[in-house]
Amino acid sequence: MAGAAAKATAEAAWEAVIGLETHVQLGTDSKIFTCASTAFGDDPNTHIDPVVCGLPGTLPVLNQRVLEYAVKAAMALNLRIAEHSKFDRKQYFYPDLPKNYQISQYDEPIAEEGWIEVEVAEKGKETYLKTIGIERLHMEEDAGKLVHAGSDRLAGSTHSLVDYNRAGVALAEIVSKPDLRTGREAAEYASEIRRIMRYLGVSDGNMQEGSLRCDVNISVRRGPDAPFGTKVEIKNMNSFSAIQKAVEYEIQRQIKAYEAGEPVVQETRLWDEAKQLTKSMRSKEGASDYRYFPDPDLGPIEVSTEQRESWRAELPELPAAKRHRYADQLGLSIYDARVLTDERAMAEYFEAAVAAGGDPKAVTNWVTGDIAAYVNANRLLITELPFQAVQLAEMVQMIESGVISGKIAKEILPELLEKGGSPKAIVAERGLGMLSDPVAITAIVEELLAAHPDEVEAFRGGKNKLQGFFVGQLMKKTGGKADPKLANQILLEKLKG
Amino acid sequence: MGIAAWREQLNSGEVSARELTDHHLARIEAVDPTIHAFLEVTADRARADADRIDAARAAGEELPPLAGVPLAIKDNLCTKGIRTTCSSRMLESFVPPYESTVTERLWNAGGVLLGKTNLDEFAMGSSTETSAFGPSRNPWDPDCVPGGSSGGSSAAVAAGEGLAALGSDTGGSIRQPASFCGVVGLKPTYGRVSRWGLVAFASSLDQVGPFATSVADAAEILQVIAGADPRDATCLKAPVPDYVAALRQPVAGLRVGLVRECFEAEGLDPEVKASVLAAAAQLEALGCDLVDVSCPRFNDGIATYYVIAPSEASANLARYDGVKYGYRAEGAGGLAEMTSRSRAEGFGDEVQRRILIGTYALSAGYVDAFYKKAQQVRTLIRRDFNRAFETVDVLLTPTSPTTAFRFGAHSDDPLAMYLADLLTIPANMAGLPAISVPCGFDSKGLPIGLQLITGVLEEERLLQVAHHYEQAAAVMASRPEAALVP
Repeated sequence: MAGAAAKATAEAAWEAVIGLETHVQLGTDSKIFTCASTAFGDDPNTHIDPVVCGLPGTLPVLNQRVLEYAVKAAMALNLRIAEHSKFDRKQYFYPDLPKNYQISQYDEPIAEEGWIEVEVAEKGKETYLKTIGIERLHMEEDAGKLVHAGSDRLAGSTHSLVDYNRAGVALAEIVSKPDLRTGREAAEYASEIRRIMRYLGVSDGNMQEGSLRCDVNISVRRGPDAPFGTKVEIKNMNSFSAIQKAVEYEIQRQIKAYEAGEPVVQETRLWDEAKQLTKSMRSKEGASDYRYFPDPDLGPIEVSTEQRESWRAELPELPAAKRHRYADQLGLSIYDARVLTDERAMAEYFEAAVAAGGDPKAVTNWVTGDIAAYVNANRLLITELPFQAVQLAEMVQMIESGVISGKIAKEILPELLEKGGSPKAIVAERGLGMLSDPVAITAIVEELLAAHPDEVEAFRGGKNKLQGFFVGQLMKKTGGKADPKLANQILLEKLKG
Repeated sequence: MGIAAWREQLNSGEVSARELTDHHLARIEAVDPTIHAFLEVTADRARADADRIDAARAAGEELPPLAGVPLAIKDNLCTKGIRTTCSSRMLESFVPPYESTVTERLWNAGGVLLGKTNLDEFAMGSSTETSAFGPSRNPWDPDCVPGGSSGGSSAAVAAGEGLAALGSDTGGSIRQPASFCGVVGLKPTYGRVSRWGLVAFASSLDQVGPFATSVADAAEILQVIAGADPRDATCLKAPVPDYVAALRQPVAGLRVGLVRECFEAEGLDPEVKASVLAAAAQLEALGCDLVDVSCPRFNDGIATYYVIAPSEASANLARYDGVKYGYRAEGAGGLAEMTSRSRAEGFGDEVQRRILIGTYALSAGYVDAFYKKAQQVRTLIRRDFNRAFETVDVLLTPTSPTTAFRFGAHSDDPLAMYLADLLTIPANMAGLPAISVPCGFDSKGLPIGLQLITGVLEEERLLQVAHHYEQAAAVMASRPEAALVP
């Protein structure tokens, strides 16, 4: 920080204030107010019913699973769950909204006032933890999609088609406090939200399919005590790196505008991934009047203490808690803890292997190394892997106790990953057990030295590098099974004479 | 003939369901060109349904409670495969792919659909004059309105074009036309009856209920349509008691409250007042105690209603935009023009007026002064009732300040029209059950109705008092002659 203050004055003076609105599609099988399917990617208007289409006389009834998912999500974000909340109608005319109002929550959301801890890691910078406040989480229904013919937007198209498959899919909107300061922080925050939702199993968080969508509000000001600048909203980022880049671009754009004496206008801008810039979509000057009022078709939402606590008991250990535990109790590096906990399934695989007796560090290396590579290359879920965590633990223990070398382990691993099975059984079956009898190794070493008198002479004359040659010869002779530690020790002893 | 009497005739084989249905279809053919109670008559279906009932009887099957009862259904209740128009150009061609819960229950109980009845457009009105398809006429005097919005259903029952009917009541739309047409009309407790398939006007007020020629028949219909429905989150889960059995409970000792503010209301026709007070005396003669009660906020109901109902309506009717179904204006140059022209051409004046009022009342800067204030007054009205029910069992008021008015009497003055609902609105505001029962005729020979109101889910007591009054007063025994009333 002290270094930053000494940097160029103009740029150091600017501070960005960033808040995120994250829409998370809750992964229930049916929609928020009716039993129509939420399946993604099917033919248009195949997952609709009279309620979805807002036909006259139809009524919404809250899907209780949506409430459960929203409350669980809220608890994982440390939000306070409201005992009573309600649904409101947010009114605006647009053809992707079948009723021309969206059932949402306005002034009494299901949850308020929470926070999450975000680990901000960036290449070349020190990783740090930051607590980001969360304003609220509320439930609402998603809208459908318009497909415009003859243009990519309504204006200029000859006609437009509407697909209501997405209409009525349950959303949790999570609003952060304006606690974020950089593009990286924004991306890490969004990524942590996604990770938490996936841990809970309440959303797949798929940004490409729109299961997780982020809108960023951003303004810049001259230092932390200055009043807020004009807020600009950015939409249309479908990856975390896009969020980071869009924020970084927008910060610079706003700073340049202010420094050039040009105003920053309150507006919505779209991130253009191809051109790597934000462009104006619409001005927000004439703020919309959504004419919110309580939806009379839906009664109050009541969550009893009993219900809430029974849902709380079902929450899994969350990524931040795991990261801390791995680092503090298992002695892993911050980096390893972060990689292992990125996906709940991987963390659970790791934990199962450790619980079965595998050394945490050794298990980490296998899981984040060869196993992760195999799973990714074959597009598998780690839960689908035939090689069980207990089998990994067995293998790690065999290395540790000197039964096999790491080299042998690497040799048998591809088969284990593909077919599973007991490493012990394979090693026994193929006679791959490590040669760790000092007498036998000594005999082989002596044989070797006798066969290469010139090299022995050279080593003793100071060519230390030749040790590698002897190790190679030894492994060759033993088919790689010699206990490397023991072999090195005996070899060095004999070489030195 | 009432439903119980009909059941006996059907069971004894004296009259077949087909004969009863044909009788009503013939009656419709004879009088409906004048009355125009029906927007659509489903004669083929009615005959087929009746034949099925007769076949079931012939096969010795046990018949459901409303077997063969010919019914008229207000055209804002969705009927699968049968046009449901809400008397609006907007929905002139709308055929629902689903059945409303109430009608589904009627058909499961053996009811026979005669057809769909006229209403004020989207149930907004008190005379059927806002119907896009022309008004219905009052069978007692075809120059007078039948009341509204469920005027088609009340006229049909009064003219003998159906044994009973369903209507919907948002601010008096069952009780006021029942009063105008000299029939019984019941608005149940809010949530007693499912709203699934009822095209929404004001969702926190709308409630479906029966029209019948007797309290007992209204009880028979309520028995079938009441009860929990998983498709309506506002529908109450309370068990459904035996309403018909409740009619026989004695009324002696019940305390009947006369709401002072109603009898002092400006515009209350003296003939109506006298008739309702005579009915009070009749109840006293039956052993009830008459109590003078005050509900100071009673007459504030109408102002409150005309903020809340249009507010909800402005959102409920937003879906009619020409995009998905219903009327779409031809030749629009863009989306905004298509939406605004479809709505301007598809909705009538009264509907547009209420959408505008509601939009205004919910707009930023006005929502506190109008919508939120109205909700507060609504709470006060509810409290008034709660306090009144601490000292009385049932409240008595006139149903409407006047008897049926002539066509055009209020067409230039929406406010005068709104006053027709002055006495019925408070029960909607508080979600209470209320019933209109004929209690006499004015000097022009037009029917007068009294209104009884009880506490939430006290339909049994409501029907019980209404039934005992009806039996003792025998108003229809000395009714004036009317050519269109059988």
